[in-house]
Amino acid sequence: MTVTELVSYEDALASYDPVMGLEVHVELGTRTKMFCGCSTSLGADPNTQTCPVCLGLPGSLPVVNATAVESAVRIGLALNCEIAQWCRFARKNYFYPDMPKNFQISQYDEPIAFDGYLDVQLEDGEVFRVGIERAHMEEDTGKSTHIGGATGRIHGAVHSLLDYNRAGIPLIEIVTKPITGAGERAPEVAKAYVAELRELIRALGVSEARMEMGQMRCDVNLSLRPHGTETFGTRSETKNVNSLRSVERATRFEIQRHAAVLGSGGTIVQETRHFHEDDGSTTSGRVKEEAEDYRYFPEPDLVPVAPAREWVEGLRAGLPELPRLRRNRLREEWGISEHEMQSVLNAGAIDLITATIDAGAPADQARKWWMGELARRANEQGTELSALPITPDRVARVCELVADGSLNDKLARQVIEGVLAGEGGPDEVVDKRGLKVVSDTGALSAAVDEAIAANGAIAEKIRGGKVAAAGALVGAVMKATRGQADAARVRELILEKLGVQG
Amino acid sequence: MTHSSDLTRLTAAETAARIASGRASAVEVAEAHLARIEAVDEKVHAFLHVDREGALARARTVDAKRSRGERLGPLAGVPLALKDIFTTEGMPTTVGSKILESWIPPYDATLTKRLKDADVVILGKTNMDEFAMGSSTENSAYGPTGNPWDLTRIPGGSGGGSSAALASYQAPLAIGTDTGGSIRQPAAVTGTVGVKPTYGAVSRYGMVAFSSSLDQGGPCARTVLDAALLHEAIAGHDPLDSTSVDAPVPPVVEAARNGDVKGLRVGVVREFAGEGYQAGVMQRFNESVELLRELGAEIVEISCPSFDKALAAYYLIAPSECSSNLARFDAMRYGLRAGDDGTRSAEEVTSLTREAGFGPEVKRRIMLGTYALSSGYYDAYYGSAQKVRTLIKRDFDAAFGKVDVLVSPTTPTTAFPIGERADDPMAMYLADLCTIPSNLAGNAAMSLPCGLAPEDGLPVGLQIIAPAMADDRLYRVGAAVEAAYHARWGHPLLEEAPSL
Repeated sequence: MTVTELVSYEDALASYDPVMGLEVHVELGTRTKMFCGCSTSLGADPNTQTCPVCLGLPGSLPVVNATAVESAVRIGLALNCEIAQWCRFARKNYFYPDMPKNFQISQYDEPIAFDGYLDVQLEDGEVFRVGIERAHMEEDTGKSTHIGGATGRIHGAVHSLLDYNRAGIPLIEIVTKPITGAGERAPEVAKAYVAELRELIRALGVSEARMEMGQMRCDVNLSLRPHGTETFGTRSETKNVNSLRSVERATRFEIQRHAAVLGSGGTIVQETRHFHEDDGSTTSGRVKEEAEDYRYFPEPDLVPVAPAREWVEGLRAGLPELPRLRRNRLREEWGISEHEMQSVLNAGAIDLITATIDAGAPADQARKWWMGELARRANEQGTELSALPITPDRVARVCELVADGSLNDKLARQVIEGVLAGEGGPDEVVDKRGLKVVSDTGALSAAVDEAIAANGAIAEKIRGGKVAAAGALVGAVMKATRGQADAARVRELILEKLGVQG
Repeated sequence: MTHSSDLTRLTAAETAARIASGRASAVEVAEAHLARIEAVDEKVHAFLHVDREGALARARTVDAKRSRGERLGPLAGVPLALKDIFTTEGMPTTVGSKILESWIPPYDATLTKRLKDADVVILGKTNMDEFAMGSSTENSAYGPTGNPWDLTRIPGGSGGGSSAALASYQAPLAIGTDTGGSIRQPAAVTGTVGVKPTYGAVSRYGMVAFSSSLDQGGPCARTVLDAALLHEAIAGHDPLDSTSVDAPVPPVVEAARNGDVKGLRVGVVREFAGEGYQAGVMQRFNESVELLRELGAEIVEISCPSFDKALAAYYLIAPSECSSNLARFDAMRYGLRAGDDGTRSAEEVTSLTREAGFGPEVKRRIMLGTYALSSGYYDAYYGSAQKVRTLIKRDFDAAFGKVDVLVSPTTPTTAFPIGERADDPMAMYLADLCTIPSNLAGNAAMSLPCGLAPEDGLPVGLQIIAPAMADDRLYRVGAAVEAAYHARWGHPLLEEAPSL
């Protein structure tokens, strides 16, 4: 295999216009599989979540999971698609050991949802509309683990292990129309589309859509055409690009690679390609010399799906607010910039902050704690924000204690530390650790007297009218009381004792 | 032995009555049939597997229930021969193929479960054309079955094991499956009764698929009433089969007990006659039409112009579906694995296994179907065949607008000699000329004996066709015809068969 020297991204875009097509598979979070009653939970021992149906044993027959159909319709509606009045499943025939029946039950020319769009917002706020060709239902395959090969792929493997727990898990495949006009922002658009789709899927509650768990998988089709031309070039299909960053990198790499091949007078081979996380490159997979013949035909073991219109309209009425609209609304309510909102989104903090506000905290306080102290701790522990052992209710309670003066920021951080350490709720931690702000004159008076005595020079300045110098004495008192003193009350006491007006 | 052989000559209804009243025990009945199998099946080869222990255990359960005073079902203790296409937990299920030679299914078909729930005694699994592809049972990987009327002749197919078991008194009941005539044609050539219920009436869950949109399990018996009793036991909605009909089972037993054709409009399909139809078959068929008229039916000639395209459409649809259904036999999870010597890839092992495990007819149909579904050919072949299917349905709809049932010969000829058509697939396919339209349309049809062809003394079958979900009409008409013939002949036709 010859390694092509890449063309710089800028040079590539100077000559060519990228056209993308994105195919995203989403594993639905239904309790049972697409066509049988087996559990879909992850992490079970291999082949323990199987039955005659998902193993494709002779004689077994599929039965459609009604919840999966409902999820598919809701996804279709959220993507502004038409919902088929009547559609059938089809068999996609090809041999592969991890496919129990050697055909996949999918949909062919009658997808459940078609002709829609998704508006995605780039980081600077620009909205780009991505056309949706179709969303269809299908079943996942089993999982092959190839042992002995250098690359983990089947070639060169000594033997392979097959786990059919995944076989039959419901999938929705969402295919975009050709995405044109993104120009140099194509990689960014690709990433933003997948990110937006992920948010949408989560908002619908139909899947956790965790890319790192394989619950959402993306194939990137890319071709280039010279500026000013209409015809699409030959495309490559980069399979299983499984993180947002990878989507962006794979797109960018393919733009540069295609440009290099085309620029040197070569032709692009229609093929699938593998993406490599380590260096962001792609390498040739299987060459598609001719379109694979899957011999699709209507699945005779299943009856057509004919969603009743009233039912579809009921589902439409029950759709949640679209993530992009919700984000824009919240951004305005919270009074923050696009950039700040992007940080909140990236941190996975939107729902946590919203819930904290719903529990009574002011927006700025809620955001401050989740994006500050809590984000820092999550980062330290290498965990997701939502995985921290603290609830929005408890964060709201901390905010409340700060607002009523029971805690200051320093104490509040200690309370949060206690909650995260499993010491109980904020009030319990306050009690156990004795973290109340001290504002009682009697308790503070001695500490103030000591501070004045120990800092005679500063006290003189204050007496002389340099009120600003009081801060140093307040600091001394705070230090002496290990942060528990009510700073405002301390300042009052200092000025009072030194006989000056605040 | 007199007592035992008497028990094997009883109908299922009589057997059940004897067991229920205590005049015979279920164990005695089972033992009599197992002895009969022992005595004759070496010659007939109806069974691929006999489950002696399982049968006796089930029979003992029935006897125990009776001794405890529990109510017994209408077929409790009655022995049955099960076509080897339905999965049976812990019992081999080969589908007549080498590729499943060693397979013991881990689950029961819905039909198997229902038989067990009805306390039917499953004697074993019967021979069949490999994957139900054939009309003679010669395509079984385990050797042919003989027709009890003449062991050098075919017992029909694909369900030749089931029909031969009935005709040789090895079982009073049997199960068949009918994709293009595999219940009715074997019934016709062995002088027994076979019914293809409405598509979806009997669950296909656990019935190894040949052609999903055509396959239909159904009852085989020696009398119309027995077939009805079995029909009632196995039919009914199954949530595990999406194509199963969710409606009450038509009152087939009541119909079989009240045979009557007075005032009934009976259509004779003009297209089911002519070249290829044996003279003696047509003679007996025409006599049956006369009989129906004498019994009070109104005879109407009907034309179904699309039926001449049925065979062509069938041989595109069935192979197409089978090419996909049989793809799962890849040596990875169950069944035969050939050539896995540690050096070969999974793909190579799959190819070698399919090469070694499938017989020529199965390979022929897989290739035919793969071709018919290929891109560029789909519309011309599979697509056109589906259109023909619609036309055939319309022909039936039009016919049933004018008549209540249709009648025809079940198959154009009597049983042909083993080997005669083995190398001529087209001649073999013609055996299903009259039965295939009902599979394509999904309606209900029955074959019952209507005499012996004068030229060869072999049984001829009368086919009755009813609209979908009107299966009870088959039994009402069939019972009337059967009673009239028994009266005319003085005994059931099968009593004229030579003793083995």
